[in-house]
Amino acid sequence: MRRIAVMFIVLCSVISAQSQIKIPYTRHVLPNGLNVLLHEDHSTPTVTVNTWYHVGSGYEKPGRTGFAHLFEHLMFMGSGHVAEGQFDKLLEAAGANNNGSTTEDRTNYYEDLPSNALELALYLDSDRMGFLADAMTPQSVDAQRAVVKNERRQSYENRPYGLADEIILKNLYPANHPYSWPVIGSMADLSAATYEDVVEFFRTYYTPNNASIAIAGDINPDETLKLVEKWFGAIPAGKPVPPQNPVAVKLNEEKILLLEDRVQLPRLYMTWITPRKFAPGDAELDVLANILSGGKNSRLYQKLVYELQIAQDVRASQGSSRLSSQFQVVATARSGHTLSELKKIIQEEIDKIKNEAPKQRELQRTVNQYEAAFLNGLEKPGGFGGKANQLNEYFYYAGNPDYANEDLSRYKSLSVEDIRTAAQTYLPDNGRVVLSIVPMGKTELAVQPKTEGK
Amino acid sequence: MKTKFLLMTFLFAVSAFCFSVYAQNPDRTKPPLLPAPKKLNLPGVQQFSLSNGLKVFLMEKHEVPLMQLNLVVKTGSVEDPDDKVGLANLTLDMLDEGAAGKTSLQIADEIDFLGARISTGAGVHSSGISLHTPLSKFDDALRIMSEIVLKPDFPQKELDRKKKDRLTSLMQMHDQPTAIAGIAFNQLLFGKAHPYGRMSDENAIKNFNAGMLKDFYKKYFVSNNSYLIAVGDISKNDLIKKLESAFGKWKKGDIKRNNVKEPAQVSSRVVYLIDKPGAAQSVINIGRIGASRLTADYDPIVVMNTLLGGSFTSRLNQNLREQHGYTYGASSRFAFRHVPGSFVAASSVQTEVTDKALVEFFKELNGIREPLTDEDLNRAKNLVALSYPDNFQSVAEIASQLEEMAEYNLPENYFGNYVSKVLSLNGKEVNAAAKKYIVPEQMIVVVVGDRSKAEDGIKKLNLGEIKILSITDVLGKVPNTEN
Repeated sequence: MRRIAVMFIVLCSVISAQSQIKIPYTRHVLPNGLNVLLHEDHSTPTVTVNTWYHVGSGYEKPGRTGFAHLFEHLMFMGSGHVAEGQFDKLLEAAGANNNGSTTEDRTNYYEDLPSNALELALYLDSDRMGFLADAMTPQSVDAQRAVVKNERRQSYENRPYGLADEIILKNLYPANHPYSWPVIGSMADLSAATYEDVVEFFRTYYTPNNASIAIAGDINPDETLKLVEKWFGAIPAGKPVPPQNPVAVKLNEEKILLLEDRVQLPRLYMTWITPRKFAPGDAELDVLANILSGGKNSRLYQKLVYELQIAQDVRASQGSSRLSSQFQVVATARSGHTLSELKKIIQEEIDKIKNEAPKQRELQRTVNQYEAAFLNGLEKPGGFGGKANQLNEYFYYAGNPDYANEDLSRYKSLSVEDIRTAAQTYLPDNGRVVLSIVPMGKTELAVQPKTEGK
Repeated sequence: MKTKFLLMTFLFAVSAFCFSVYAQNPDRTKPPLLPAPKKLNLPGVQQFSLSNGLKVFLMEKHEVPLMQLNLVVKTGSVEDPDDKVGLANLTLDMLDEGAAGKTSLQIADEIDFLGARISTGAGVHSSGISLHTPLSKFDDALRIMSEIVLKPDFPQKELDRKKKDRLTSLMQMHDQPTAIAGIAFNQLLFGKAHPYGRMSDENAIKNFNAGMLKDFYKKYFVSNNSYLIAVGDISKNDLIKKLESAFGKWKKGDIKRNNVKEPAQVSSRVVYLIDKPGAAQSVINIGRIGASRLTADYDPIVVMNTLLGGSFTSRLNQNLREQHGYTYGASSRFAFRHVPGSFVAASSVQTEVTDKALVEFFKELNGIREPLTDEDLNRAKNLVALSYPDNFQSVAEIASQLEEMAEYNLPENYFGNYVSKVLSLNGKEVNAAAKKYIVPEQMIVVVVGDRSKAEDGIKKLNLGEIKILSITDVLGKVPNTEN
């Protein structure tokens, strides 16, 4: 992310069956391939312009990791007709906020503006889509390289347990897999990126045919489309984007890993490779994660934190992405308890679900929470979690901006037996990465490779 | 047939014409001229009372079928007795751990099953229980909320659990440089005895018992010490009926309030270096006593701070991040409270440049006291004023605006007048706020980082006396949490 923001974790975007909830939109494709999604919401005199470029860290080359995210930073540095520093100054002078973020699959940018300032965002966004390379210099690349290195220091290296992801990804996927490195990249690769890399990356991925723009808020759709055509219409289409390297992955062992860190308490991470976003199994594992750790009555929370009180926290999640997903259980042991103790209980609880389907109420409780979360998602047009971003997200991952109905029915149609089957199928004991992060010198608190059962 | 063909040719020609217009690059030499901003038209704030006098503030919002209901109790951590710091917080935290004979797990299951969220927590001057729910579940959720507010049981078993949780959190704070810096800053600025500077330590946590929590609850949880904020898809008449049955019988009580002493201003500059060996970054907090929420200088301060460290293009962020690459971000803020809270400028910087970053901090803290350009002034004013509608999009955001209105007794037309009030500020007023509130010679400097790498450089800056502290000096020793 370009700057620190308070992020809401939207449980999932699901719609309610009783009341048909939609984000009404129109879609237009410019001759250069740019997809435009428009949604009206006149509740406040504001508008958001939300742009997705369909490139993330999963499109990087080994040796240039962190590049998609570094590039995200460069997008704010000025472009052909916008001098360095002016992008933010012009927006703030119009009363607008903006930000961007990068994942393994995509990079997004938004400007939240008073509705009178819509055209300013289109001017700035089209200028960086069409003319970014004209303004880039080795100096501006160096400046953001330094910022990103500090982002890495702040969010990973100087943060307790901050290096967990990097180790897990490296061990979960083979070295040539697009998800085997973290979005932030390594310090060495960030240093190695050249000005020429920047220009090549821009020409390859930052093309109108590899992007979609969602505009939501206090707009007149016809006039807005004309403005989009005015500012984006003449940007030439790029070449088709080269496909990702589709490496099939399967982990056939339990990898036991250990890291010592400057922390007070040991923390356990168990991670599996699971079905990609919207594939069969994805919704089941979402629900399973909630049954395991969503709320006080969830199985792992109740057992580890509430009842036995041997863990300070526990969290299960299905992190869904385009090529594959990761199911993860993370738990922090309290003083006097080892990660082997935690692992044993977590294993027992997962085994219970493999052997006996969860209760209907556990499933329904989860689905009800997802429905409510979707309603919350309808409140705001802008920001990272607003309606414009949802239109872009569904468009990219499902090929249909209005995928909410289908998304909901994925959850609505699940039976408790489906959850059991998913646990059996996708969470094998002999195909996962188990990482212990322990206080310096306290390796006895870690999960031990040989003595551990199962 | 022919007509149709002609029409199609015509349409084709029109669209080709349109395309050729747009296929030419528009004039990019300057940004497009923008029409004037539209006015924010908000539904009115409806104020009324229940039969027991409990005050309600309502703003109707009908776009999405949601409800937000915040119950505010006008007592916060400032009322914690000196030997029971953390009492308000723990009391609020315990409300949903057992109420009306229901267990902690039963309550959680009922709320989660509705897809609703109820959260409880204590602030500095007030405490709150907030409900966010789909409108269709409002009745059921409101019933649970009223049980939590009116009939909490404070079970000993759950209290013991919460105490363990708190002790462990306190232990984990030793890992978190940003948290350490924030706590140290408040302790050193306000003093460990002032309600804005204290923290709940191991002793206080271990000594809490259910009786203390019940006393606190009985004393302050009365209808005349509270008010309700409601925002959502509901009419006043409908809401009154529901609230009357949920809270209409809540009793009044006698309320005495401690006055919070005005904190003493920093008299000379002192640097506190808190050693965190091996840290990749130094966390810097620089500041002094700021201003109260009700100061007449509030609007100029907000605009001035936007320019100093309250926005992306602010001077601190531009300097430390964009020009020098020392950090991922630098910012400043005022904590506005009933009596003056803190002003703090903060950043996490690469360890090697700790001293250089401090030089740049003080350059900007001095620089903001100089007269400003119109461009700077207008950009900051516009950002504050024209982005104001963003605060009124979700029911939770609107509720927090209404809470501020209620807490500080702001006039009913406050929201409507805000934008023009800010836009009418002039450079002199904003500059005067800088001179009055940003006094670099009277600031404390807190640095949490690797002393072995940072100390020599800091010494050479001659910022003032340097005091070396340990993390234990700030947080106490790592608590013993094993039973």
